[in-house]
Amino acid sequence: MNTGHADIAMTLLNIFGVLTTAVLLTALLTWGERRLLGFWQDRPGPNRVGPFGLMQVVADMIKLFFKEDFIPRFADAPVFLLAPTIVMATTLLAFVVVPFSPAVGVIDMHIGLLFFLAMSALAVYSVVLGAYASGNKYALLGGLRAAAQTVSYEVFMGLSLMGVVMLAGSFDLRSIVMAQENGWFLLPQMLGCAIFLVAGIAESHRLPLDLPEAEHELTAGFHTEYSGMKFGLFFVGEYLSILLISALVTTLFLGGWLGPWLPPLVWFALKTFALVCLFILLRAALPRPRYDQLMAFGWKVMLPLALLNLVVTGSVLIWRG
Amino acid sequence: MIGVRAKSRFPASAYRDAAVAFMQDLARESDTRPELAYWLQPDTPDMPTLWIGEAQLLEFLRWLKHGINRPFAMLYDLSAIDERMRLVRGEREAAQPASDFTVVYHLLSFERDLFIRVKVPLSESDLRLPSITPLWPAANWYEREVWDLFGIDFAGHPHLTRIMMPQTWQGHPLRKDHHARATEVDPFSLSPHKQQVEQEALRFRPEDWGMARASEESEFLFLNLGPNHPSVHGVFRVALQLDGERIVDAVPDIGYHHRGAEKMAERQAWHSYLPYTDRIDYLGGVMNNLPYVLALEQLAGIDVPERAQTVRIMLCEFFRIASHLVFYGTFAQDLGQMSPVFYMFEDREKLFGVIEAITGGRMHPSWFRIGGLAQDLPNGWEQRVRAFIDYLPARLQEYEGMVLRNAIVRKRCRGIGVYDTAAALEWGVTGPGLRATGLAWDLRKRRPYSGYENFEFDIPAFDGGDSYDRCRVRVEEMHQSLRIIRQCLQHMPAGDYKSDHPLTTPPRKARTMEDIETLIQHFLNNSWGPVMPAGECCVPVEATKGLNSYQIISDGNTTAYRNRIRTPSFPHLQMIPQMCRDLSVSDLIAIIASIDFVMADVDR
Repeated sequence: MNTGHADIAMTLLNIFGVLTTAVLLTALLTWGERRLLGFWQDRPGPNRVGPFGLMQVVADMIKLFFKEDFIPRFADAPVFLLAPTIVMATTLLAFVVVPFSPAVGVIDMHIGLLFFLAMSALAVYSVVLGAYASGNKYALLGGLRAAAQTVSYEVFMGLSLMGVVMLAGSFDLRSIVMAQENGWFLLPQMLGCAIFLVAGIAESHRLPLDLPEAEHELTAGFHTEYSGMKFGLFFVGEYLSILLISALVTTLFLGGWLGPWLPPLVWFALKTFALVCLFILLRAALPRPRYDQLMAFGWKVMLPLALLNLVVTGSVLIWRG
Repeated sequence: MIGVRAKSRFPASAYRDAAVAFMQDLARESDTRPELAYWLQPDTPDMPTLWIGEAQLLEFLRWLKHGINRPFAMLYDLSAIDERMRLVRGEREAAQPASDFTVVYHLLSFERDLFIRVKVPLSESDLRLPSITPLWPAANWYEREVWDLFGIDFAGHPHLTRIMMPQTWQGHPLRKDHHARATEVDPFSLSPHKQQVEQEALRFRPEDWGMARASEESEFLFLNLGPNHPSVHGVFRVALQLDGERIVDAVPDIGYHHRGAEKMAERQAWHSYLPYTDRIDYLGGVMNNLPYVLALEQLAGIDVPERAQTVRIMLCEFFRIASHLVFYGTFAQDLGQMSPVFYMFEDREKLFGVIEAITGGRMHPSWFRIGGLAQDLPNGWEQRVRAFIDYLPARLQEYEGMVLRNAIVRKRCRGIGVYDTAAALEWGVTGPGLRATGLAWDLRKRRPYSGYENFEFDIPAFDGGDSYDRCRVRVEEMHQSLRIIRQCLQHMPAGDYKSDHPLTTPPRKARTMEDIETLIQHFLNNSWGPVMPAGECCVPVEATKGLNSYQIISDGNTTAYRNRIRTPSFPHLQMIPQMCRDLSVSDLIAIIASIDFVMADVDR
């Protein structure tokens, strides 16, 4: 009985610990990104509220929570309300399969990777439904772009990971990390890693692949009509998926929590943090390609490369026996 | 009157030969063809001014555009004058033809380096002219503007509706009998009903523009881009006809930034109007003062001291850099590149530091004066200027790698929004937009003003005619501007910063305490402002965005009788539909970004 209770308590702690930490880190990330962007753009960034401007996060949250809960009268209200919650829910759910350290992690599914892919595929409904329900032309264009972009980039997102699965012989993320004890998959799967990163940027609609939002073209794209906490959910969803993609790259290619001297959780956090910085740096540096260029790049460059990676990895494995 | 030829005095300059040569060509042709009869207005020192009858208009302009050797390829400006209150219109042989409203056409020949002015008198009872849109497509907006502001009808115009004022406006604001200030009429109120009517008037109806709502394959989406949109650089609206994301057609809509700058000129003293000019192209600062004071100085016969001229050039080139830096940053920003704009605005801050040290102002110093400058250069200006021109080239080099050599930027801008030189001339495109088509024509070189003939610089030109080359031209121009500023720094002449001429405003104070004549002159110039001799004058300059000029008509008063502001951005925007058809919305943003306009410069 006691061990049973302890197990349940441990599991609950794990679940709430992971999800709360994810959401809190996301909030922190909104501040971190602005400070980093400021640093790269020769300006201070938010530095007024609290130490180092850290309380900016709280200020923003207060603002978002207390804004009028506004639904345009031309919007399809139930769908309009539902849309932002989907992205939050699916992204948070995807976190459950991530093994943060030998002891931390919500669940070890033997189809963990497939579960992540399924959740990230579902997230697109959030954007498409939100865009559709807004009854706004910019949102509609953003929604169209999002649908096409996500569907295209998902194809090779999945394919790019199959090399890792072959090497590890498992879809279970914990097994994949354990399989990297003799060397990170980054080296044999360099191509796969690059492709997954690009797809990840596209999935989380980050510059340079933020075409569904494309502020300078579509004002705010799919979330043009959203404000207050409903906008906040989209916003948090985007940052959550940055964290998620970074955590997954860490798990799949950078050996997860593995590393000498430091505790495993610290290794995991460090690697993920570096990747998050990379995301932000890309945003600071690159302009945005055109929609058709993005699609052509996906289908004509990334997809063949992902297939090539798959074929080569498979051939090498068979040749080695 | 028309058909009687008068002798006109042109200023003694290299440009005089061009005017004389043109008049000879015209006289030769008109001897054999009676439909080319004209009357040369003798008192316009700036450019040949021909009066013709309305029946001759089309034939005359057609000959100037197609018939004459070295033709006038560009319709530089088209405007009108309400002559009903004019007092001074020449006497005896210099008397201008009777006219209630005069429509004025300015043409430009790039082979003759010559501007000419063609005027058509109209009587109040029959305000009607044939439209010249078949000759120059650029006339479209100009004629709409004249209709809007003067109520002159153009027969055969494809879409003669208001362009500056709201569609619901009553009256024609630039007529002399239209009120100039809100206090001259009943207080304004906006009732719900009126608001409804006004908003309804803004609705875009595709049918009005001959657009179909659907094709055989698909139904079109009509998208209102603006007037509030992050990428339209102010309040500018484009109604787009979209098939998916492909632009089928576009209708630019302007007038949201119209402040009636031309009307204001009719009640501001010559001197006190100066600050208004700064706010026309609000990124151009004192560059806007220049065409205004140059025109007034030519009208009044003021010779500006060399030092004042050189300081003017230096500041104008500073503002050219300031304006191009904003262009460069927002260009990258509109393509989705986040960071460059911050770096470029920081450079601009440094530049404004120099401007502030010299003039005391930053964006709008209003520092030029009729006959010179507000003050002399401050002590130590050389260090500030030198520090900046030593600092900027390395930064520009960095931006080159960041923006122009970026593969995505190239992919987004190469071959987008292309037009060739011929199209540019048809549509009245000047400045960097023209030089990006391969025509290395720069007014500073071809018809130097304010002493530009003393400087060594190149005219950058590229022949792609696309968004990318329009950006490249501006980047190169910044390097050339730095070269000019360096020459100003090295060879700044000594001497006065203000002319001794009595119409110099404010007049020099030195001798006012010694004799009553100069004291009175000083007092009057400071209280009423100067009284400019009657006449008219227009001096175009190569401003930041293209050719800019103030056509000033003085009736011998303390204010302008008419002040027509020709801005480069106005015709540039008119060309947008030509540039974006069959491209996507993203391309339209890349095109808009590459035009470099500010709405104040369009609407005035």
